[in-house]
Amino acid sequence: MSDKDPSVPPQGNPGPKRTPLHDRHVAAGAKLVEFAGWEMPVRYASETSEHRAVRGAAGLFDVSHMGEFSVRGPGALDFLQGLTPNNVARLRPGRIHYSGLLTPEATYVDDLLVYQLGEADYMLVVNAANLDGDLEWLRSHPHPECEIEDHSDRYALLAVQGPKATEILRRLTAVELDPIRYYRFASGTVAGAECLVSRTGYTGEDGFELYVAPEEAPAIWDALFEAGAGDGLVPAGLAARDSLRLEAGMALYGHEIDRTTTPYEAGLGWVVKLKKGDFMGREVLVEQKRQGTERRLIGFEISGRGIARQGHSLVHEGEEVGRVTSGGWSPTFEKAIGTAYLPSALAATGTELEIAVRRRRLAAVVVDLPFYRRDS
Amino acid sequence: MYPSDYLYTEDHEWVHVEEDQCTLGITDYAQNELGEVVYVDLPEIGDSFDAGEEIGAIDSSKTSADIYTPVAGEIAAINADLEDAPELVNEGAHDKGWLVKLRITASGGLDELMSAEKYQEFVAEQAS
Repeated sequence: MSDKDPSVPPQGNPGPKRTPLHDRHVAAGAKLVEFAGWEMPVRYASETSEHRAVRGAAGLFDVSHMGEFSVRGPGALDFLQGLTPNNVARLRPGRIHYSGLLTPEATYVDDLLVYQLGEADYMLVVNAANLDGDLEWLRSHPHPECEIEDHSDRYALLAVQGPKATEILRRLTAVELDPIRYYRFASGTVAGAECLVSRTGYTGEDGFELYVAPEEAPAIWDALFEAGAGDGLVPAGLAARDSLRLEAGMALYGHEIDRTTTPYEAGLGWVVKLKKGDFMGREVLVEQKRQGTERRLIGFEISGRGIARQGHSLVHEGEEVGRVTSGGWSPTFEKAIGTAYLPSALAATGTELEIAVRRRRLAAVVVDLPFYRRDS
Repeated sequence: MYPSDYLYTEDHEWVHVEEDQCTLGITDYAQNELGEVVYVDLPEIGDSFDAGEEIGAIDSSKTSADIYTPVAGEIAAINADLEDAPELVNEGAHDKGWLVKLRITASGGLDELMSAEKYQEFVAEQAS
């Protein structure tokens, strides 16, 4: 490791790691906070204006803190098939799918993306907060013909998201973007740097995630703003990222999913391919598919004045029936929304509940997820 | 920045004492930390509180913050404009975003508050 490793904090003092874009965040007036051992921008100007910019124009996120693992070898397919519920055999080079690492109880160790880079060559993209745990999990279930390597420090990751994202990116690359459909990627040059251009994101808008070498990240950041500022591109932080993904009904580990929740409970049944063969947690999922689950993830809207947050109790006919998993303010709908697990019997759309927030009870109603779909 | 005739708490609230009444609000530093204020949960006129008691809360897009009264009193008035225009707290934290007026029933608690100058220093320390 060179002594110019940008992720090591200055003077080697123990402290959060910095992404290659740290100086850009400071220059843009970011409020920096510690997240998963990294110093990250939570917002620049305001999280609600950044949120609205992503919905109406485009926003640029630095998500370099995420982890990237290489999974390679003749046994890579078998290895991944055995540890994840989605069908890795359906991937091809250039394709991606959303999946997870499940325990034998079919609960989540982490959610992740699986990229097929080439023959017997895959990349897993995992949550920063779970990186060490995921690596340990993978290594504790080894396959003799499969090698796992942590390549996280080889990649910076920029996400440009919003209706103008494609138009803006197009100005910086000769890579044909239209054939890169949702959950596909291509390799090419963006603003002169080698890049993996992936049409994925965590906002519910069109957009791309760009995997680049860390030293190229600042130049790509600058190039995107030069190309996109006129279209309204703004830097966007983790707060906006959270409100966007909540509106889009996307799970966040530690909220909607964790080691107590299965994909069926979390409304992620589409990720489970029982017919593909055996995988960790399959037996429990077969049972849950047969019998249904005792509880289900729902979305709610608050009809009154107040905002519910993770941990607040949901009350039905005087009894606590669940806890909020995510809650916050929706800038798009200008109301307080959130998610929670409820007993399946109460999980129907339209069920009326109360949420205990401080001294008050807020009236809430179960609504369909996602709250927001683009082009709807 | 911070009106010199106000007193300040470590919870980033200001108190403007006028004889036996005082007006309460949150400081500009607090509103900036909170982000876009979306709801203000205020007590009712006539409610009584002890010094240090929670009297309500402010919900912003990203978090909620409790409001405390540093002094014992009875609510004499609330800022009704905040019901339809909670953003007044962001726009004018020290004036038009005032929260409540209290009739002071016991002045204990006021001596512990900071002057504008001390509060300015306090805020500078928070930022570092």
